[in-house]
Amino acid sequence: MKILVCISNVPDTTTKIKFVNDNKDFDATGVQWIINPWDELALTRALEIKEANATAIEKITVINVGLTAAEATIRKALAIGADNGIRINADPKDSYFVAFQLAEVIKKENFDIILCGIESCDYNGASVGGMLAELLDYTSVSAVSHLNLENNQIILKREIDGGQELISVQTPFIGIVQKGIAKDARIPNMRGIMMAKSKPLQVVEAVDSDNYTDFVGFSYPKPKAACKKIEPENVKELINLLHNEAKVL
Amino acid sequence: MNFEFTEEHKMIQQAAKDFAERELLPDVIERDEKQEFAAEHVKKLAELGLIGMMTDPKYGGGGMDTISYVLAMEEISKIDSSVAVLLSVCNSLVIWGIETYGTEEQKEKYLKPLASGKKIGAFLLSEPEAGSDATSQRTIAEDKGDYYLVNGTKNWITNANSASTYVLIAQTHPDKKHKGINALIVDKNSQGITLGPHENKMGMRSSDTHSVMFNDVKVPKENRIGEDGFGFPFAMKTLDGGRIGIASQALGIAQGAFERAVKYSKERKAFGTEISNHQSVAFKLAEMAVKIENARNLCLKAAWLKDQHLPYGIASAMAKQYAADIAMEVTTEAVQIHGGYGYVKEYHVERLMREAKLTQIYEGTSEVQKIVISRSILKD
Repeated sequence: MKILVCISNVPDTTTKIKFVNDNKDFDATGVQWIINPWDELALTRALEIKEANATAIEKITVINVGLTAAEATIRKALAIGADNGIRINADPKDSYFVAFQLAEVIKKENFDIILCGIESCDYNGASVGGMLAELLDYTSVSAVSHLNLENNQIILKREIDGGQELISVQTPFIGIVQKGIAKDARIPNMRGIMMAKSKPLQVVEAVDSDNYTDFVGFSYPKPKAACKKIEPENVKELINLLHNEAKVL
Repeated sequence: MNFEFTEEHKMIQQAAKDFAERELLPDVIERDEKQEFAAEHVKKLAELGLIGMMTDPKYGGGGMDTISYVLAMEEISKIDSSVAVLLSVCNSLVIWGIETYGTEEQKEKYLKPLASGKKIGAFLLSEPEAGSDATSQRTIAEDKGDYYLVNGTKNWITNANSASTYVLIAQTHPDKKHKGINALIVDKNSQGITLGPHENKMGMRSSDTHSVMFNDVKVPKENRIGEDGFGFPFAMKTLDGGRIGIASQALGIAQGAFERAVKYSKERKAFGTEISNHQSVAFKLAEMAVKIENARNLCLKAAWLKDQHLPYGIASAMAKQYAADIAMEVTTEAVQIHGGYGYVKEYHVERLMREAKLTQIYEGTSEVQKIVISRSILKD
């Protein structure tokens, strides 16, 4: 059984977001890039499954649509424990474009389990996993919070209103995973970091594909209102402000 | 000249940072307060491969360079120097010493479990009356034919309780003075070894520091490192590398305090504006930044020389003296910038200030480093 984990290369979650070019482009100057946290959790779960089912899982591959700079992020995934990496050489801005590129590679190699994070924390498109399933005509399950391999059967849990759904799926399938899929992302160990250098990282040229969306512009959220501090003994003042200024009482 | 780190360096730095923030930060104040050894954290540190990170992979190590070590030490020390000192003693002193000068049998038996982090090591040099003057060893390792009989007391021993393997410096031929000193690998469970109480220190309080008493302890002859009388050069060579570890620790302490001071100065308001807008604070930050940058360059230079197999003893002494002294200055200023909040434990900077002090004292005081540096200038 082969597992593929789709990883996005995203700005660190603490990055101060700035835009350039009339607010049409994200300013990547000085930005530290990381594996999209949901994708990283997907990879963590894939590794846990491989460790628990060493004979059943042949390999874990990570794939990314990105430019050369994304290779550091792919290497990190290899350091964490993925066996090999694939980079599709293109600037990933449109969800359909990304899904199309991934599908073209996946068609050539049969993966049994394909995992995508539910969304990426840069553009928050939350659509690549679903599009990929459609393009490949694979089963897909969204909002997966638990994935296990039990007697060669894949068991998933997904969050539904008021509870959880327990389902089994046939391979190949696409699991669109969310929080809960793994407890914490792994920190690569020193040996893994050294081994990552020699693990295969294949670069594939992008195929022609449409972009269905284009960024017209970005805007910043409204700044947070200033915080007013009231001394604990001054309850009257607190009530007065909540009543007359915040108008919530 | 290339000032850029490799992808591996950046990954190691990030891994150490993530580990420190995720694992060490949540209980660092409590452990310091209670003088509690970070046993569980150290296990994870070993799993991460930071213990033995520079050792040849054939002995179970990570095979990394000294630059990586500086980066990892800085990140861990930004959060918790009690853990960082364990890392430094294991990597720079015990593991490096056995790997560089030990026999294959010693490496098989002692280095492998140390380099994989399964066992912890301690380096026993200081004595009640032999600190900076390491030639005045009073602990005796009497030659009894096929074993040494050890008697004496060692002081201020980091990892004394948590370690399984000791590297002991002791005198075998007092008449030969420092040329009669030997380095011995000693199993901590050997009969006749007792520990003094945990030292109630000013800083690095969760580091496991004790005195160690030897009373007729038998150490097999095959546990001697190098030829008879090699103990003093062994200790000096080992400490050259140890200084890179402690210099990087001091750098991390300074950087940790600096980052907290920057953050606080941008949040705290006084006289109608953030205090970072007051030149008195902004200039302090500028001065701190320059000192830290200098210390970092000295640490990396010493590490680079070591990796190139070039002489690094003077560079490591410079790094240790400067980084330790500026760590004291920077942490003191960080407390000053925090004002009253800097004086309480919650804001970490008072702890960093207490930790900084030790870097000026152990593994060669700042004064001893100046002796080493000045002698190199004045020789010939």
